Amino acid sequence: MATFRLNVNGSQKTVDVDPSTPLLWVLREELKLTGTKYGCGISACGACTVHVGGIATRSCVVPVELVGERPIVTIEAIGNDPVGRAVQNAWIEKDVVQCGYCQSGQIMSAVALLKDTKKPTDKNIEESMGGNLCRCATYVRIREAIKRASQQLG
Amino acid sequence: MLKRTCALFVVVTFVAICVSLSITEAAKSRRENQAAGLAAWDKVYSVLTSPRCINCHTATNYPQQGDDRHRHFANVIRGPEGKGVAGLNCVSCHQERNADSTGVPGGHNWHLAPLSMQWQDLNDRPLSSSAICRAITDRSRNNNMDSAALLKHHTEEQLVLWAWNPGRHPDGSLRTLPPMSHEEFVTATRTWVEAGTPCPKGR
Repeated sequence: MATFRLNVNGSQKTVDVDPSTPLLWVLREELKLTGTKYGCGISACGACTVHVGGIATRSCVVPVELVGERPIVTIEAIGNDPVGRAVQNAWIEKDVVQCGYCQSGQIMSAVALLKDTKKPTDKNIEESMGGNLCRCATYVRIREAIKRASQQLG
Repeated sequence: MLKRTCALFVVVTFVAICVSLSITEAAKSRRENQAAGLAAWDKVYSVLTSPRCINCHTATNYPQQGDDRHRHFANVIRGPEGKGVAGLNCVSCHQERNADSTGVPGGHNWHLAPLSMQWQDLNDRPLSSSAICRAITDRSRNNNMDSAALLKHHTEEQLVLWAWNPGRHPDGSLRTLPPMSHEEFVTATRTWVEAGTPCPKGR
């Protein structure tokens, strides 16, 4: 076990865990931030996506010991960000969600895309969101919502 | 007079023989040097085309993984700078060092080699020895590296070094290594460089 000080959603958190523990389980089990989901556990589905140092990151494969001082943002706080808020509004407007399990990861990846590319093309969206799987196949509405958020952000 | 002419003839003949022998020796030395350089290059090529190296020197829009060099899973693509795309960057998973507990390899600035340094064709077949040799000695394609810089790259570059410390698979087994030690690889590169980076003939 080791003690780690993490910057999570703007707050300093201290956790005492095995260094090899994936960040996902630190967020969910230690910090009770359960909005981030466990899907595949091998970074193949994107359900566990959070932002680490501003990069969309698959938290299920990143041991907490490799996070360092980089700030972590989860779905619980992404609405505090203007791009995050626009994406969440567009998700509601376009009624994207079906079962919802993958959607926190979808939103985190969509925010990362829009922060990088203000006016994404269909190709941009397909490439950036290609690692986020949705068993309900809400892909068409996800694409519409990303474009809607892009419009709202100007 | 005749005596002086004969002496001059002998001297000239002697000098000519010496020069000829010297040229022959130099040519022989050059040939041996070239042969040693080409033999060293063969060793370098065997490393460059091993999965730990060539998997990120693709000609396609994606990296490869595994000893069978299959397409990287999770729809990972190259992106404009070889670092993936926003939302699905290489560093979305690959951290500063190997994550053995989750089986994800890592190293500083994880990324694909540029397309100018592709060592495979579009069907994922490794290029020939001569083609890769030409590519990595072409400064218009190799990030303007001269032979000294190539040696330094093989000796010190973090992602090159990673090939000899590739970490574990998710099942805990160790990834396979290139076919020789890093020290042997550097020695082979040095021999090749000192021989003038000769490339095999052919396409």
